[in-house]
Amino acid sequence: MSIRMKTPPRMPPDAADAARALRARPAGEGQPSADAVVRPDGEITFAIDALNLWYGAKQALTGVGLEIARRKVTALIGPSGCGKSTLIRCLNRMNDLIPGVTITGRVDYRGVDIYGADVDPVEVRRRIGMVFQKPNPFPKSIYENVAFGARVNGFRGNLDDLVERSLRRAALWDEVRGDLRKSGLALSGGQQQRLCIARALANNPDVILMDEPCSALDPIATLKIEDLMRELADDYTIVVVTHNMQQAARVSDYTAFMLTDEETTGRLIEYAPTETMFTQPADQRTEDYISGRFG
Amino acid sequence: MTRELFQKELIQLQDDVLILGSMAEKAVAESVEALRSADLAWAQRIVDDDLAINTKRFDIEERALFVIASQQPLAGDLRAVMSALMIITDLERIGDHAEGIARINLRLGEADDVPRRMGYIPAMADRALAMLRDSLQAYVERNVDEARRVCDADDEVDRLQDAVYDETFRGMIENPDVIQRNTYYLWTAHNLERIADRCTNICERVIYLVTGRMEEINVSRY
Repeated sequence: MSIRMKTPPRMPPDAADAARALRARPAGEGQPSADAVVRPDGEITFAIDALNLWYGAKQALTGVGLEIARRKVTALIGPSGCGKSTLIRCLNRMNDLIPGVTITGRVDYRGVDIYGADVDPVEVRRRIGMVFQKPNPFPKSIYENVAFGARVNGFRGNLDDLVERSLRRAALWDEVRGDLRKSGLALSGGQQQRLCIARALANNPDVILMDEPCSALDPIATLKIEDLMRELADDYTIVVVTHNMQQAARVSDYTAFMLTDEETTGRLIEYAPTETMFTQPADQRTEDYISGRFG
Repeated sequence: MTRELFQKELIQLQDDVLILGSMAEKAVAESVEALRSADLAWAQRIVDDDLAINTKRFDIEERALFVIASQQPLAGDLRAVMSALMIITDLERIGDHAEGIARINLRLGEADDVPRRMGYIPAMADRALAMLRDSLQAYVERNVDEARRVCDADDEVDRLQDAVYDETFRGMIENPDVIQRNTYYLWTAHNLERIADRCTNICERVIYLVTGRMEEINVSRY
């Protein structure tokens, strides 16, 4: 199925602010040095190029460019307000839903510009699922939480199989198999988060975006989600925003460090294999951040 | 500057490495001097005192492990803690080589003429000790150039060991009565050569600490 749609999307937000801001800031300024941004090995899921984003007149991303490897875990780290959540939300057009957002630059998903005029954002979000900071199951049964997306999309296969498969994949099946009619809200926080992952998996996505998926969880539940991320990376491209440096070091293959400073908001400082990032970062600002010297 | 407590712990760790370094240096210098002066009581004290070096090494190791567990160091901080762990292993082994020289002294027993004539061995000891001091200096200063220079000095120690071999073998051929004594001198030279090699290990750790690159910069001929 293509992510392109037959009818044109709604009009893009007024680009005048964006154009003004672009003129105020010459292209190329605030870019990281070439050796601080690597190109991942192997197949690429996302190619992000010169991405700028404004909330109204306030710029949140400046000239972000990086490539995200297929079936790997990529972590986005950086202090609060550095634009990492904004960036991850650009990857499945979640920012479209916020009034006054202007975006320039490109986000190519497997070679297709997801902000292209003929692209269906609903199909984008089906293929590129998202898990949020706070577990947000629907106030329905465990079964219905997982089956919901399939029902809405007119799924014709065996729903029971889909629910079981998704719950197994999310490492939740053994804990809930006897009680699928129980409310999703009756589960523990960690179980709710895995239910939300199962719900995302039931839509047969290609990519799972996770925006601080463990920040509301206790350490044991956190480790379960981390193990799950590593397992899921066999079949899915995973992008995770995290404030937990050790988590980024444990789960990810590649890490991107973003920063907002006095001059520039939401810029990419360094992007490297995780092992390099946490032992031998190229940029002093990365070193200072990951070693807890600021932020 | 945030993480002041962590910063203090890293400084304390480095200070402890230097204290261990001083203990090892003292043991090496004294073991050679005790050998030269055939002072068996002194040699016995050096053997006994090696326990303090080993204990200090384990204390530092425990402290470093706790720093890792409690502070979860990354990047340069992680390299600092790991380098300290590696360097104390080399320093502890240097202490063992000093103990080895002291044990040789005990085996040789009383000497007829004191001080003993040991040919190139005192010169070798001086070079090895200079390497030890300089490698720790490079560690404190995070000085890659100095670390490389110290490694180059290892060649000189190897040359001196060749000279020791040469003179001891010649002595043994000329006078079989000295075979046992000269064999002990060969062991002594071997211990000193190993000490110099341990110093190059320390320097490799200094280079890793500063650059993040692990490299074998000097392969000893022995």
